Amino acid sequence: MSRKQKRSLFEPKIVRRALWDSVRKLNPVHQIKNPVMFVVEVGSVLTTLLFFHAVITGRGEASPGFILQIAIWLWITVLFANFAESMAEGRGKAQADALRKTRRDVIAKRLLKPKKGAEVEEVSSSRLKKGDVVLVEAGDVIPMDGEVIEGVASVNESAITGESAPVIRESGGDRSAVTGGTLVLSDWILVRITSSPGETFLDRMIGMVEGAKRQKTPNEIALDILLAGLTIIFLLVTATLLPFSIFSVKAAGHGSPVAITVLAALLVCLIPTTIGGLLSAIGIAGMDRMIQANVIAMSGRAVEAAGDVDVLLLDKTGTITLGDRQATLFIPAPGVDEKTVADAAQLSSLADETPEGRSIVVLAKERYGIRERDIHALGAHFVPFSAQTRMSGVDLDGREIRKGAADAVEKYIQGQGGAFPSDVRVAVDDIARQGATPLVVAEGRRVLGVVRLNDIIKGGIRERFAEMRQMGIKTVMITGDNPLTAAAVAAEAGVDDFLAQATPETKLKLIREYQAGGRLVAMTGDGTNDAPALAQADVAVAMNTGTQAAKEAGNLVDLDSNPTKLIEIVEIGKQLLMTRGTLTTFSISNDVAKYFAILPAAFISIYPALGALNIMHLATPQSAVLSAVIFNALIIFLLIPLALRGVKYKPLGAQIVLRNNALIYGVGGLIVPFIGIKLLDMLITALHIV
Amino acid sequence: MQIVLYFGILGVLAWPLGLYMARVYEGVPCGLDGVLGPLEGLIYKLCGIRPEEEMDWKQYAFAVLVFSAAGVFLLYLLQRAQGMLPLNTQKFGAVSPDLSFNTAISFVSNTDWQNYGGESTMSYLTQMAGLSFQNFLSASAGMAVLVALIRGFKRHSANTIGNFWVDMSRTTIYILIPLSLLYSLLLVSQGVVQSFDKYRTVTLTRTVNYETPKLDANGNPVKDASGSPVMERAQTKQQTIPLGPAASQIAIKQLGTNGGGFFNVNSAHPFEDPTPFSNFLECLAILLIPAALCLTFGKMVGDMRQGWALLVTMFLVLAPLTFLCSKAEQGGNPHFSSMGIDQAASALQPGGNMEGKEVRNGITGSAVWATWTTAASNGSVNSMHDSFTPIGGMMPMLLIQLGEVIFGGVGSGLYGMLIFAIITVFVAGLMVGRTPEYLGKKIEMFEMKMAAFAVLTVNALIKVGTAIAVSTKAGTAGISNPGPHGFSEVLYAFSSFADNNGSAFAGLNGDTVFYNTIGGIIMFFGRFWVIIPVLAIAGSLARKKHVPAGLGTLPTHTPLFVVFLIGVIMIVGALTFMPSLALGPIAEQLMYH
Repeated sequence: MSRKQKRSLFEPKIVRRALWDSVRKLNPVHQIKNPVMFVVEVGSVLTTLLFFHAVITGRGEASPGFILQIAIWLWITVLFANFAESMAEGRGKAQADALRKTRRDVIAKRLLKPKKGAEVEEVSSSRLKKGDVVLVEAGDVIPMDGEVIEGVASVNESAITGESAPVIRESGGDRSAVTGGTLVLSDWILVRITSSPGETFLDRMIGMVEGAKRQKTPNEIALDILLAGLTIIFLLVTATLLPFSIFSVKAAGHGSPVAITVLAALLVCLIPTTIGGLLSAIGIAGMDRMIQANVIAMSGRAVEAAGDVDVLLLDKTGTITLGDRQATLFIPAPGVDEKTVADAAQLSSLADETPEGRSIVVLAKERYGIRERDIHALGAHFVPFSAQTRMSGVDLDGREIRKGAADAVEKYIQGQGGAFPSDVRVAVDDIARQGATPLVVAEGRRVLGVVRLNDIIKGGIRERFAEMRQMGIKTVMITGDNPLTAAAVAAEAGVDDFLAQATPETKLKLIREYQAGGRLVAMTGDGTNDAPALAQADVAVAMNTGTQAAKEAGNLVDLDSNPTKLIEIVEIGKQLLMTRGTLTTFSISNDVAKYFAILPAAFISIYPALGALNIMHLATPQSAVLSAVIFNALIIFLLIPLALRGVKYKPLGAQIVLRNNALIYGVGGLIVPFIGIKLLDMLITALHIV
Repeated sequence: MQIVLYFGILGVLAWPLGLYMARVYEGVPCGLDGVLGPLEGLIYKLCGIRPEEEMDWKQYAFAVLVFSAAGVFLLYLLQRAQGMLPLNTQKFGAVSPDLSFNTAISFVSNTDWQNYGGESTMSYLTQMAGLSFQNFLSASAGMAVLVALIRGFKRHSANTIGNFWVDMSRTTIYILIPLSLLYSLLLVSQGVVQSFDKYRTVTLTRTVNYETPKLDANGNPVKDASGSPVMERAQTKQQTIPLGPAASQIAIKQLGTNGGGFFNVNSAHPFEDPTPFSNFLECLAILLIPAALCLTFGKMVGDMRQGWALLVTMFLVLAPLTFLCSKAEQGGNPHFSSMGIDQAASALQPGGNMEGKEVRNGITGSAVWATWTTAASNGSVNSMHDSFTPIGGMMPMLLIQLGEVIFGGVGSGLYGMLIFAIITVFVAGLMVGRTPEYLGKKIEMFEMKMAAFAVLTVNALIKVGTAIAVSTKAGTAGISNPGPHGFSEVLYAFSSFADNNGSAFAGLNGDTVFYNTIGGIIMFFGRFWVIIPVLAIAGSLARKKHVPAGLGTLPTHTPLFVVFLIGVIMIVGALTFMPSLALGPIAEQLMYH
């Protein structure tokens, strides 16, 4: 699980690359995409020019030293913002590099006819076309994404998933998709290529983690508009201050109009640079957190939508319950000893390698001390489960022991001229009503009893669902079980609703119903028959082990193929939006303190009385302006870790979350700059910088 | 004490009115259908309105614009032609082109900025058929736009937001006319004049000596070297008492947050506002409909708590500012204090700053009026804001600059507030980790674009306008006070233009070609460049699906949300104007400390 190791936030290699990138990003063509930071850059250029003007003419509007320092700090502000973005990108790029290594050109064995044993032609993988069929044998790298059409093989997919345990890939069914760049460890498969060069899953993954084709997400654009609006408003505020102050100088009869350097400083302090500078880093980091969770988002939109999800459709098996049922009780038929049932059940399960079968053996041993026997030593003949009989069992010394679903066993017994006892029927119904699965055990024409198989609810899942409810998310369990069983499991797991006897059609219908009610639906799926529902859902997580069709239909791919991941995905999505919201609030509430720092400094020559607004008692007008600008730049840098990690998320109701965040980032945003600016001012004064 | 009483009675009256208006807009029987229904039907028949036909937002906006443009045009013509028309007892000539332009836009945009003196410029016909008429129509237009926006929240997956002509007609017929009738009668009972007689000239009991600014040949005040007007002595034995159909106009001027007075000094004039009771009534009328509309909104979106939340928000901003204004005025003139003059209330003097205030209204009555008339975009005055203390005068100015959303104009105040609510929901919604929703509608790119546009427009108009005025000769010529106070006058005027308030700081001489023209343009954009984005939002919201609220949804009726909303209003309003206010009233106040 190599990728599961969390990359440390400031990995030296990434930092080095980010430092260089942040300089490269000063290019106005890049900056203009971010209106807030573009304004800062223009301010930097302007103050730099003013500095040269002051040096050359000797008649600058302020001392060249002061102008230079403002200019430098404005440049640093831009660099910090670039650095934040580069850091976020850098983490993705490091990941992409690792992935790219696996995308090397390999020699593929193209078959002239899609059949094992046909003539083989060796071609470079880059020349393969969609529809070609290749033979991949043990030790070969699968050249491109495709579908297994013949054969079965164990494949090491760690290059993609980070999971080193090999997986089985075989033709037909839900495990037929193979990914280019993965290694076949044993056996052979015939693969029909399903993608063209440059469009493989690996290519898309690299593109996504690298952020190369990163497009702004809808919510990011909306926030961008708000920030641009605020920027224009503050641009007007500061620009008009020049004529206002010129007029005021005339009116007051003394003083000098506010310096353009000070106006540039004021502007940069007022516009929401904190959020503006960190906005794209937050977005990229959100994608990155998905990758850390081993989820590949096919679009940034999907990550954002994950935060909005109101309804989670969860498959019962594997998500809510452990994949396998466990035997928990033997109920004997009338006139049968309990131990006899256990013994027969164990015998019939000895060769049954399914988890259910094993659990029967274990229960019999634990409860009745019936030791496990070697089926071969007994000379028994194992009868495997078949779709026709829907039973499995064992033939031993003329005994025919069978176990299976009640109706299948009933048919079998009747076929032999036996009768199905009504007491057993009652027991079977009882078990079903409790949400468990009954297995009837019979020997010859006689029913011995019933084995109760229970779904085992995953530990802690109930609490998880309670948290979801707190967050306002409705959980719906999807199961193929009958409604009785489904209701019992749903009650035990604490989900809000369930869909029993689900088919692909009913799933799709359910999703549409929720969507028509204005809700956003998330689901996970792996099979081809999940594809329509995945395509319909707003947030669709496809399992990496799933079929190609499922992966195409989903907008997120979970490399761990862990159905519980959906919950994590929702949290990451919410965290992304929250980080944006809190930093916006923080950024704007910072403005109050900056006003109190800069306004008195700017106007004190016109109206000395305005010195009363200098409530922080900053030493000189110059140090006041400079401290505000430095604070503004430093806060961006200091908040980079927060932007990359995201605001801490707790599953609580909206009201409480808002209150907490408003207190921390709103009220905090009011207070922090007062302290910060005062401290910087003391430092500047102590160092005699201006 | 007086302030608490004012707010209390306002709340009690707004509730039933709000519910009544909701019935009017929802087209359910409201109680007056029997009497007014035939009138409504007649109007539809005469104008060819098909009430069942609905409009999408573009058609709605087009209707508002066409209707308003026609209003501007007709009002302009009426003023230019008043000399030739009847009901002109004082034989006033045509109003000048620039003044007519300014006044026409002023009344159509519900600003009612007055660069004219009513009793010395406008004939009775112009006052009634022009100004009063627009008092009704501009108010209804604002309310119609609000109702369209409310429908945007209410409807889902719909393309239309109502029919402008129907909304207009129903507002005028069922709400404004009945209320104005009631109010006019109450005012007449208090002695407000309602007459078609000529002005009366009466002989004074004793000769009065006074000083008047010396005028040059063009009628502009002559100024000395320091910029103060030159005064000359004058004497008179007679006084002209202006009359006219005032009561009917004043009722709608107050109710429709118009504020264009019948007389020049507006409700400081004894014939507009003769008694404390009439003052109370008129003051109440300013906020009555804006307050009630909040509850109409709550009723129409099916959640009264939403309406109350907005009303409480408005109240929480206005109450402290009213109190501060009143306190600043009662504290007296800081300039006098610095000279050691006693301004405390005692048996010999009322205390406080009484300059520019009518004794019958007193300080509290004046401060309440001043803050309420600027909170609501009414703009009528019963005292001269120019003469307020710096901080006292800053409160009305701030209230305008907050965007006229604290009650605001009828309709326009609440739709402005809803724009702020949308912005607040956006920021607060992000903080809880969801795409923001307001009243079940997702707030996305388009809404933010329009909301930002609306807020930006007004903000830009004020700042750029003021900047032009203080940088040009034509602009600075109108300023009558030196120092920061002169700056305050200009800033106040442009705030009043752009936010369609219409009150004036009074010191500024606004009847010049420069101010008439730029003012007219700014009033126009301040009104319609907000209406268009508002209707665009209405259209976009109506098309969206309704998202049912859950635990993860940000509740928008809680105290926390109200606090957040106030924060956003303060940041966009107060914070963006702080630098300019620092150069005006704040500097002025601090200079005397």
